[in-house]
Amino acid sequence: MKSIDALCWWLEHTSVSQTIQSIDWIVPTVQTIHILAIAVVAASALMIDLRLIGVFSADRPMKDVSARFLPFVWWPLLVLLATGAIMITGEPARSLKNPAFMVKMSLLATALIVTLLFQFLLRRDPELGSAASRHRATATSIAALSMVLWTGIIFAGRWIAYYS
Amino acid sequence: MTFPKALDDFLAWLTATPVAVAIRENDVLFPWIESVHVLAIVLVVGTISIVDLRLLGWASLDRAVTKLMGDVLPWTWGCFAVAVITGGLLFSSRAPDYAHNFFFQGKMVLLVVAGLNMAIFHAVGNRDVAHWDTKPNTPRAAKVAAGISLTLWIAVIAFGRWIGFTLI
Repeated sequence: MKSIDALCWWLEHTSVSQTIQSIDWIVPTVQTIHILAIAVVAASALMIDLRLIGVFSADRPMKDVSARFLPFVWWPLLVLLATGAIMITGEPARSLKNPAFMVKMSLLATALIVTLLFQFLLRRDPELGSAASRHRATATSIAALSMVLWTGIIFAGRWIAYYS
Repeated sequence: MTFPKALDDFLAWLTATPVAVAIRENDVLFPWIESVHVLAIVLVVGTISIVDLRLLGWASLDRAVTKLMGDVLPWTWGCFAVAVITGGLLFSSRAPDYAHNFFFQGKMVLLVVAGLNMAIFHAVGNRDVAHWDTKPNTPRAAKVAAGISLTLWIAVIAFGRWIGFTLI
């Protein structure tokens, strides 16, 4: 038996997993919380990205927009991690052996690196996102990349249900 | 719940249209449309909550209410339009089943109530916004409308998710 199969077998026979499997409202409730946390992250990332391009709150400095929305990109990840872990525990093979899940995690890692890149750039260039900024093209690229990645994460998340 | 014959006839017609048949029978159309639907609704709820949190006096307090609404709400409406179109397509693929599903019915009722809440707020609660536009604290009517809005949209997501678990 492959180690991933062994892991899935062990996980789905734990008492926590058995509980998640036997109570029907747990999974839909956890998925609802997961989607709500994604709503916060996706909308917050979108506001930052639109500001970077210059089509949102253009009269407000990037650092103010970032101060308002960046914490809401990072903190809900804890909720997503917790609810994601509950879903994996309830049905390990559905995600751990699923190519859509692997794609989602890869896109997530990339999106977080792009977010860190944005933070690094903002620290070096407080004018970021304004017409005066020297990094106009970079800002637009980061914003476009971020929007594509978060869209991909949401799509891949939905496709997990179709690849089992 | 039994429907009037005219409604049943309409649902049967809708689900027999070529578009509905294609979505039902194709392996990838439904998941693709559903992915766009989830993306759209997630952004609708996420952006509305930005406005609601301001009206509650919890976030974006350094930004005028009217400015924030002008910045955020056009994106909300754009995403809402996408959610309605994709939702309609998904619905058409199994129209009678969705129409008879309790959580689908509940979701539609919640959307109507959310629309009414918003209309009432814009007609009444928001009329004197000039007096409190830039103040962090907002009048009670604005807080109530925002609290109702947040609650309803959270319920819309929950009901939407439950449709997938109860559709037979």
